[in-house]
Amino acid sequence: MSQLQVELVAADRRVWEGEASSVRCRTTAGELGVLPGHTPLLGILVSGDVVIHAADGDRRATVGNGFLSVDHDRVTIVADTVDVADSGR
Amino acid sequence: MGAQMRVYRQRIRSVQATKKITRAMELIAASRVVKARQRVAESGPYTHALTTALSALATYSNEEHPLTSEPEVVRRAAVLIISSDRGLAGGYSSSVIKESEQLIQRLHDEGKEVVVYLAGRKVISFYQFRHREFAAEWSGFSDAPQFSHAQEIGERIMRDFDTHYDEGGHDEVHIVYTRFKSMVTQEPRVLRLVPMEVVEEADGATVKDSDAVLPLYSFEPSLEEVLDQLLPQYITHRIYTCLLGAAASELAARQRAMKSATDNADALIKTYTRLANQARQAEITQEISEIVGGADALASA
Repeated sequence: MSQLQVELVAADRRVWEGEASSVRCRTTAGELGVLPGHTPLLGILVSGDVVIHAADGDRRATVGNGFLSVDHDRVTIVADTVDVADSGR
Repeated sequence: MGAQMRVYRQRIRSVQATKKITRAMELIAASRVVKARQRVAESGPYTHALTTALSALATYSNEEHPLTSEPEVVRRAAVLIISSDRGLAGGYSSSVIKESEQLIQRLHDEGKEVVVYLAGRKVISFYQFRHREFAAEWSGFSDAPQFSHAQEIGERIMRDFDTHYDEGGHDEVHIVYTRFKSMVTQEPRVLRLVPMEVVEEADGATVKDSDAVLPLYSFEPSLEEVLDQLLPQYITHRIYTCLLGAAASELAARQRAMKSATDNADALIKTYTRLANQARQAEITQEISEIVGGADALASA
């Protein structure tokens, strides 16, 4: 199965980048899970947790206001503030 | 020791003390400018992601958003001036202020009222000293701005933008800041923030893949709401990159100014040492001629 290329970006730095099998986050429309092959999407995130199921373990982060863009298995999560709660290693 | 020599020695000592200070400031600025440039580079990914998303939005939407459409008549314009908190940075602050004066003059000539927002103690004291009015001021972070500072400024300016003209709102926003071109050139620049042209080259970050076909996004919850959320974010980020660029420019300008101050101190010390040596030599010569003259007088008596 193909993998997602995930990029987690805060206003002042790139927090994390890598491959993942799925991403879960909260948008204004509710909880959203992204798997490979997802249709291109641009969604608004609300403050809350983002969980990235990366190849080397789960990664959790608390994000502030931001948005999420999915396009050709490339997921970009962009937020004003990103707190990495637990690296999941 | 003669009086003249003492004066020269004193001057050499004081110039040496000054030189130590300027040298230290040069080194501090040099180490900080590296950090500041790194932060400019680190804000690149965010700029890129935001620009890509906004270009996609701009392509699909024919929406007239108040932040992107030209108002029919601009009655009041806001100007945000970003200067430094501290001096000793050569012409850094004064060139920003000069640029802003020109902009304000131009806006006045176009028949617009101008409200100013100030960031940095130098420009604040410039306005206070002249008893000019300004809408808001921020200071204390000019050499290491955080994103929260940009948010604070952005919120205030956007709030006034949303206010109606009769209640003190404005119709367009300009930023005057210093763009960091390289370690030796920083130029004051004027940027029109609102109404904005979304697709433009951002400072320090090259927009890659701009020719690539934009994905056919679906928007959640809706295109309008995404636009509503993203545009203010973009503006805040623009302010943030301006602050970062200004910080890097300030430090580079300070480093250069302090370097030339140190060089000047060196030259002064050299000159004064020469003068002090000359004075000492003159004193010795005088003493010898006095002794010889005295001996002569005794011998001929």
